[in-house]
Amino acid sequence: RFGQLSSGSDMAPDWTMKEVSTGTTIMAVEYDGGVVIGADSRTTTGAYIANRVTDKLTPIHDRIFCCRSGSAADTQAIADVVTYQLGFHSIELDEAPLVQTAANLFKASCYRYREELMAGIIVAGWDKRRGGQVYTVPVGGMLVRQPVSVGGSGSTYIYGYMDSNYKPNMTKDQCLRLVSGALSLAMERDGSSGGVVRLAAISETGVDRQVILGNQLPKWSTA
Amino acid sequence: MAAVYMSANRPENAFSTVDLVPEWAQEEVSTGTTIMAVEFDGGVVIGADSRTTTGAYIANRVTDKLTPIHDRIFCCRSGSAADTQAVADIVTYQLGFHSIELDEPPLVQTAANLFKQTCYRYREELMAGIIVAGWDKRRGGQVYTVPMGGMIVRQPVSVGGSGSSYIYGFMDSNYKPGMTKEECLHFCTQALALAMERDGSSGGVARLAAITEEGLERRVVLGNQLPKFSNA
Repeated sequence: RFGQLSSGSDMAPDWTMKEVSTGTTIMAVEYDGGVVIGADSRTTTGAYIANRVTDKLTPIHDRIFCCRSGSAADTQAIADVVTYQLGFHSIELDEAPLVQTAANLFKASCYRYREELMAGIIVAGWDKRRGGQVYTVPVGGMLVRQPVSVGGSGSTYIYGYMDSNYKPNMTKDQCLRLVSGALSLAMERDGSSGGVVRLAAISETGVDRQVILGNQLPKWSTA
Repeated sequence: MAAVYMSANRPENAFSTVDLVPEWAQEEVSTGTTIMAVEFDGGVVIGADSRTTTGAYIANRVTDKLTPIHDRIFCCRSGSAADTQAVADIVTYQLGFHSIELDEPPLVQTAANLFKQTCYRYREELMAGIIVAGWDKRRGGQVYTVPMGGMIVRQPVSVGGSGSSYIYGFMDSNYKPGMTKEECLHFCTQALALAMERDGSSGGVARLAAITEEGLERRVVLGNQLPKFSNA
């Protein structure tokens, strides 16, 4: 039946029977000189919001972050593994690691354990060789670099917005506006996304983090 | 997931009759679809893509999903092609009869409620998502959406079908109250193009229609004339 008002067993609350999931909308955009990444802040267990101020933008190295969607446990575990592997590699190399390396490490874990995992990850950052880069590693474990990438359950609602509003060679501020606009649209439509918008801009000079609270988000309707 | 795994844990047999018939012969014919409708002062603009699929096979690439119910009332059909055709035929008959009894053009709200009655009563058997739109003398241009399950609600803008998910963000950010007919047509064309680019079940040409007191104006935007949003 479609659209039931309630579901599941009446004996136990809905949230005890569902896995903790980062329902989510995540996004990353390349610009000349770096990347802008963004995410909502809602973690759900069924219909219960287990964490309304989640930080889904996870540092993997100084200038490399990942945006996590899917199972909260799986993505945390993978991110921890990759953080260790990349840190070790960087020390051996005696150099800052490449974003492409971090992305391939994610791919290696997500592909090998694809049957057991539910993880959709966007890897983004800056390195000396190729500047700002965004790599997406969706469920299943493929890897592809894209100038813009969206992920998570809320992403379906903003493909049209993204396709029509993204232009190549945008500035950092234009990217920040694009990402915060897109995330607020997705959070308005997707029940599994919400809370605040977390943004980060990563460039040669460092990482600049921002939070946009619910009441400060761009409003698109009069309702 | 479309991938097929052969492993010892699969409950199905290694050999089954489903392999003897093409995939498209096992799937119901469906209007995969993107449909939409927008109210403006003086009428409505409605739009749809033109793809009907049976599984991965495109059974009709020039489908007309904008179906007349009465002189100034149309419906946009999504879901099962058979179900929506059947329901639309029923409502066309009921509304025509009602209009003759009344000796007046029927109200859009009446047409919408007739759709709702059928879609709600047979909700368990039907797979039909319908947008009813048109013009009448009492309330001007109106859009009513009757999604699967059979609820009814009037909205200034409505999108439906599998491709609609991709354009909610575009719709929320680009729709402004008080648009003119041409602005609505442009808005619909862009929205349909974006959805058709992303949804595998939507494609072909974009069909549009503007319904006002004066009458009906139909347009077709061919694939190569649709707005392009990427360089790829």
